[in-house]
Amino acid sequence: MKVKMLSRNPDNYVRETKLDLQRVPRNYDPTLHPFEVPREYVRALNATKLERVFAKPFLASLDGHRDGVNCLAKHPKNLATILSGACDGEVRIWNLTQRNCIRTIQAHEGFVRGICTRFCGTSFFTVGDDKTVKQWKMDGPGYGEEEEPLHTILGKTVYTGIDHHWKEAVFATCGQQVDIWDEQRTNPICSMTWGFDSISSVKFNPVETFLLGSCASDRNIVLYDMRQATPLKKVILDMRTNTICWNPMEAFIFTAANEDYNLYTFDMRALDTPVMVHMDHVSAVLDVDYSPTGKEFVSASFNKSIRIFPVDKSRSREVYHTKRMQHVICVKWTSDSKYIMCGSDEMNIRLWKANASEKLGVLTSREKAAKDYNQKLKEKFQHYPHIKRIARHRHLPKSIYSQIQEQRIMKEARRRKEVNRIKHSKPGSVPIVSEKKKHIVAVVK
Amino acid sequence: MGEMETAPKPGRDVPPKKDKLQTKRKKPREWKNPESQRSLSGAQDPFPGPAPVPVEVVQKFCRIDKSRKLPRSKAKTRSRLEVAEAEEEETSIKAARSELLLAEEPGFLEGEDGEDTAKICQADIVEAVDIASAAKHFDLNLRQFGPYRLNYSRTGRHLAFGGRRGHVAALDWVTKKLMCEINVMEAVRDIRFLHSEALLAVAQNRWLHIYDNQGIELHCIRRCDRVTRLEFLPFHFLLATASETGFLTYLDVSVGKIVAALNARAGRLDVMSQNPYNAVIHLGHSNGTVSLWSPAMKEPLAKILCHRGGVRAVAVDSTGTYMATSGLDHQLKIFDLRGTYQPLSTRTLPHGAGHLAFSQRGLLVAGMGDVVNIWAGQGKGSPPSLEQPYLTHRLSGPVHGLQFCPFEDVLGVGHSGGVTSMLVPGAGEPNFDGLESNPYRSRKQRQEWEVKALLEKVPAELICLDPRALAEVDVISLEQGKKERIERLGYDPEAKAPFQPKPKQKGRSSTASLVKRKRKVMDEEHRDKVRQSLQQQQQQQQQQQKEAKAKSTGARPSALDRFVR
Repeated sequence: MKVKMLSRNPDNYVRETKLDLQRVPRNYDPTLHPFEVPREYVRALNATKLERVFAKPFLASLDGHRDGVNCLAKHPKNLATILSGACDGEVRIWNLTQRNCIRTIQAHEGFVRGICTRFCGTSFFTVGDDKTVKQWKMDGPGYGEEEEPLHTILGKTVYTGIDHHWKEAVFATCGQQVDIWDEQRTNPICSMTWGFDSISSVKFNPVETFLLGSCASDRNIVLYDMRQATPLKKVILDMRTNTICWNPMEAFIFTAANEDYNLYTFDMRALDTPVMVHMDHVSAVLDVDYSPTGKEFVSASFNKSIRIFPVDKSRSREVYHTKRMQHVICVKWTSDSKYIMCGSDEMNIRLWKANASEKLGVLTSREKAAKDYNQKLKEKFQHYPHIKRIARHRHLPKSIYSQIQEQRIMKEARRRKEVNRIKHSKPGSVPIVSEKKKHIVAVVK
Repeated sequence: MGEMETAPKPGRDVPPKKDKLQTKRKKPREWKNPESQRSLSGAQDPFPGPAPVPVEVVQKFCRIDKSRKLPRSKAKTRSRLEVAEAEEEETSIKAARSELLLAEEPGFLEGEDGEDTAKICQADIVEAVDIASAAKHFDLNLRQFGPYRLNYSRTGRHLAFGGRRGHVAALDWVTKKLMCEINVMEAVRDIRFLHSEALLAVAQNRWLHIYDNQGIELHCIRRCDRVTRLEFLPFHFLLATASETGFLTYLDVSVGKIVAALNARAGRLDVMSQNPYNAVIHLGHSNGTVSLWSPAMKEPLAKILCHRGGVRAVAVDSTGTYMATSGLDHQLKIFDLRGTYQPLSTRTLPHGAGHLAFSQRGLLVAGMGDVVNIWAGQGKGSPPSLEQPYLTHRLSGPVHGLQFCPFEDVLGVGHSGGVTSMLVPGAGEPNFDGLESNPYRSRKQRQEWEVKALLEKVPAELICLDPRALAEVDVISLEQGKKERIERLGYDPEAKAPFQPKPKQKGRSSTASLVKRKRKVMDEEHRDKVRQSLQQQQQQQQQQQKEAKAKSTGARPSALDRFVR
């Protein structure tokens, strides 16, 4: 007879010394791992709960300004430096790692309407209510020197916004019309206008660097081509857009922050329908900024909260608010896509984490593996009702919560009336307009 | 206003730019053309392409059931599903390749020249085998304290046994180190390890007691009275008890609550087994039925009529595919649990089997009086063939408990003369997974494992016949949701939009031609609809004809026809 018994040599399964790692032989046979789906479901549930436990996004508040913060700008080369302009004409430069102000400049009399940094990081531009455009050095004044702008340009009208080209020594200001300036000249190279109202903001496209977008008070968004010095096309919406922001990863996508509580993501090539309508704010949206990954953006609203939206979804994934934070005027996402800064009415700049439950600092490889596994689990089971309920849960201040309820009732009523109108009229006489097309009035080329 | 200047067209070799907002379509990986890979010496790979992987091994790792059809969904969902299926195929091939790394081989016993393996006795095997394996065969002569029931812990390293007259002991049977030995001064009906070797549950005459592995009594659960059988569901931390009063009680040992106390309504419950694949409890009754229970439902999930007399033993194999039952009618049957619930094979035994157990590799043991018979199958996936027993052994007393030791080629038998450990080559799974049950784990590893197991304890409500039910598309809710949405919105947002003819150049866009094009599409759709409805009508007619034929060739009308529904 031929016989062989299963006999294991313990030397192959037990470690030799206390200083060695334990040996863990693996067998991936599914019969040895029963209940895969329910166990992973419970792990996903635990991961979702822990994410809510560790969700503490607020990092720091930078105070020092003596009036509301009107605009923010990022340093293009240094992650730790930000610039902010206040409503009393003061510009401050902050160091985020030490969380203090390293330089203060009394730049303008009146509001600082816009601030932007040059692409090389050596200087920055500010525009104010005193109809001037000033260029300043990024490094502070040397010993004995006075705080003075490198260059001052006096204009005839109030400028309301400024943005610098991403590659060339050109910047654009907006006010009554969009002016494109060369840094060396005191007169604009060209002025473009389409319409009769004032323009509130202008932004250069980071990928196709000759394109600009601007928002005007007559509810339209105009796109310009710098090389041809002409406006390209414009889209007219229901209500005024406050700012736009170009997607740093997709050349033709931009998001517009509108007064009708929504944000619209447009594809420049087809402006008649927005790619996505983002609806979650309960008050006018004042500012929007994209993450450097191009997959998410943050928006600041008049209603004392900031929301983070994924580009392809119409609902926000996160809302940040504090009792002390009042109307948020400007918001920026840092260039390492990890932090969000917002400047608000009550003279403070707040620093938040982009992922509320993320552990900052260096992670060990095991921590990284566990984090990736939990992330994938949460993604896989996100649609299950118990998990969805926990993942979606956010505490909201009473004002925002009650506003949401009210607006939901109003929307329901409007929708019900629309449905009844369609039901009780001749089929085809009342057109069914999709939600996306409802807010666009016209596109003009 | 002016047209936007387009970017310069890319050259011929540059692949076209993909719109990143669209979902990425994953192509199956293409291996490089073997002829193009030449080494400097000019030699060519004699085995070009990827190494072949046996198909059955790849099938073992596939989890998606491709035969099931999903309800019609949007193109985006369908493309995502395709990507997921392609990924799963790749992963299962990789997992099949990783089988190469498994170190151990299963045992075997083969007779030479037509020798019947059933005639080989334990003593011969012990002589022929190495000394470490020979030490696994031992006999504990304990005649004083009555017939013994035994249980191995989940890793297979520890053994607990309890005698009818109160003797309870727990030991590490590999090193023969005794952990505890006590006499509980009461009749012991069944004994089970809980999740690890640290805790023991003993079903005593009156109530259920929980002991530490040092013999210290920790709990006396008075709600579980007159328990005859115990089963522990390891991934749910549930202890299922079957009692003489006819109640099946589930006790959650991690929180200490009774999750469900189900009245089986079938009198005294004597025969119980668990299905390790889906944690369903099988109870055998005296009317020949086996009922399947889950703590979430008050009624049994299923009832299977197995035998003409009472059912005396039930066992389910580790993959949950086969159930072996034996009854008072001296039959031993193997049923198919996944699908048809029909008996696959039957065997008449001279003496009814009172105890049954499956091993990890699919061997079936039956204890008939003081003899144990073991039957083996072809491989791991096939049911044991009941024609010829693989091994037999006679013990010094009638058998009262049987269990194969996990991950070892050993069968533990509790009988009225004590406890015997038999050698059964080929019974145990050779390669264990260190993160699930590791017989060589240290104290630290056991503690870490316990914490993780408690954190991922499956709630008792999720026990059902298909453990993968949670991963399926909830078709009923999906369709209900669709109906509710149509009601709410007043129109169906997923309905096909009416055909809008595209305006064409060169005069082909006049009103008449637009109308013509619209008419053409409408007529085609109409024709399709009519064709479909005709087909349906034909099918209905055919069915009716078949039914009429069946009726006409049936038996003569009888008086009992009035009771046919």
